[in-house]
Amino acid sequence: MSEGMTKTAARNIFFGGTIFFFVIFVVLTAQSHFYILEESTDVSTLTASVERGKRVWEENACINCHTLFGEGAYFAPELGKVWVKFGGADDPETGRETLKAWMNAMPTGIEGRRQMPQFNLTDQEHEDLAAFFEWISRVDTQNWPPKPAE
Amino acid sequence: MKYQTQKLAYPYFIAAMGLFVAQVLGGAIAGTIYVFPNFLSEIMPFNIIRMIHTNALIVWLLMGFFGAAYYLIPEEAETEIYSPKLAWIQFWLFLFGAAAAVVGYLFGIHEGREFLEQPLWIKVAIVVVALMFLFNITMTLLKGKKTVVAIILTMGLWGLALFFLFAFYNPSNLALDKMYWWYVVHLWVEGVWELILASILAFMLIKMTGVDREVIEKWLYVIVGLALFSGLLGTGHHYYWIGTPGYWQWLGSIFSTLEVFPFLAMVIFSFYIVRKGNRNHPNKAAILWILGCTVLSFFGAGVWGFMHTLAPINYYTHGTQITASHGHLAFFGAYVMINLAIITYAMPHLRGQQPYNQTLNMWSFWIMCSGMCFMTFTLTAAGVLQTHLERVMGLDFMEVQEQIALFYWMRLGSGVVVILGVLLFVYATFSKGKEKQAS
Repeated sequence: MSEGMTKTAARNIFFGGTIFFFVIFVVLTAQSHFYILEESTDVSTLTASVERGKRVWEENACINCHTLFGEGAYFAPELGKVWVKFGGADDPETGRETLKAWMNAMPTGIEGRRQMPQFNLTDQEHEDLAAFFEWISRVDTQNWPPKPAE
Repeated sequence: MKYQTQKLAYPYFIAAMGLFVAQVLGGAIAGTIYVFPNFLSEIMPFNIIRMIHTNALIVWLLMGFFGAAYYLIPEEAETEIYSPKLAWIQFWLFLFGAAAAVVGYLFGIHEGREFLEQPLWIKVAIVVVALMFLFNITMTLLKGKKTVVAIILTMGLWGLALFFLFAFYNPSNLALDKMYWWYVVHLWVEGVWELILASILAFMLIKMTGVDREVIEKWLYVIVGLALFSGLLGTGHHYYWIGTPGYWQWLGSIFSTLEVFPFLAMVIFSFYIVRKGNRNHPNKAAILWILGCTVLSFFGAGVWGFMHTLAPINYYTHGTQITASHGHLAFFGAYVMINLAIITYAMPHLRGQQPYNQTLNMWSFWIMCSGMCFMTFTLTAAGVLQTHLERVMGLDFMEVQEQIALFYWMRLGSGVVVILGVLLFVYATFSKGKEKQAS
């Protein structure tokens, strides 16, 4: 396959090509960075509460059971649109209450059902987590998931 | 073994194997929770187990890479490691950090981004460890011969450390968070780790087949070139649905399809070189792991990756058991097997013995590989069904999970087989050799 190529040529192609593709990649991610800020996410509503909600999400390692935008563990449901599922899009109060009631009912302890731990969130944390779910439900994900998880 | 400091690889390989056992045991517990959901649910929930399973994997692979570097850099550079003392400090610090992380996870001390769950101070320790290591390796290289194998390996290791720095950037905007998260995750496993993989492969082939170094090094450039040309923009296949622009669906589809080729090249390369080589190397087991590594990484990373990489397909399969099946075989085929290959190759030298317990080692190869392949098939079947029922028919997630429960049983079964293979490997590699070298 590379019989006709000298080692020096192979080396030059490797280094040159790598630099070439790396530069393109960096430029495109920079462009995507601005696209995220300008187009696909609503930065103006990214409040301190949303930010704290993301911390709640992280501190409890939710990603190691659930997915967000399809990324994470596949043990428990996708939550990118959980806000919509819990009715928060129509009535934020319902969304918040449903989320809180759901989490407080865990673990169900029902034999043979996957168990979600009890995370003992404070009222403030419940509110922040809800704000986070609300904010991410509005991210433009190119129409993914195929159907809002029901 | 020509250089005293190659012995530094020994503790790294031992620690790697210890963590490997921990990793597969963690996997077995996670697999058990899938079929008995109440198992340990109060004391050790699934998310903690999974963290241990994935983190132990990453840490032991890194341990293995460090060990491999300490083993092969002196022989390539034709000089001793710059500072053996630093290598020892690095070893203990890394082992301590890994242990502290796992114990912390058990007590709920962790961060919450997938695979980057290590608390901040451990992330800092990882950087310190990486810098010690890179300093040591680079200084060794500077005073010695700079072969292509050594340069590519060192580049891969530098890239590994560099891209890890993105682990410290965690923006509050989830879409940005995800985009840069892949700078660590994708650019590791589908980027710079392939440099490490290919250079270790090349080193072993030079040593074991007697084929001219010039030929092998030319191949090495071609392979790592293919890996990075496709892999850098191939990152785009993670940028389909996370809030990034739509053009990634085109770029990601095209370039990640091309990611199959470096793996295909590695298969052709390794078989061609082994066939061409006329030296009848006594370590048959190492040859088996080398060839097996290229084949299963081609299937796991290449074929199974391609299966769901095109955007219109990924739209439906994204975040299902399809991803899990690909993840398992890709990691096993590429990075687990290259580590087991170099350990199988280096251990007899490190322990001053002839290749020993080869038959057992080769048995462990077949047991582990068949277990992993079967696991991949069951998860693939589960994923296909899940995709159809959940993403096409619109059934509820948990309802679908009950429908595919049978596959989780089979996955657990194959996991147990893998564990047997792992234990056998450890026994065959570390026990006292009874066998004389196989002719």
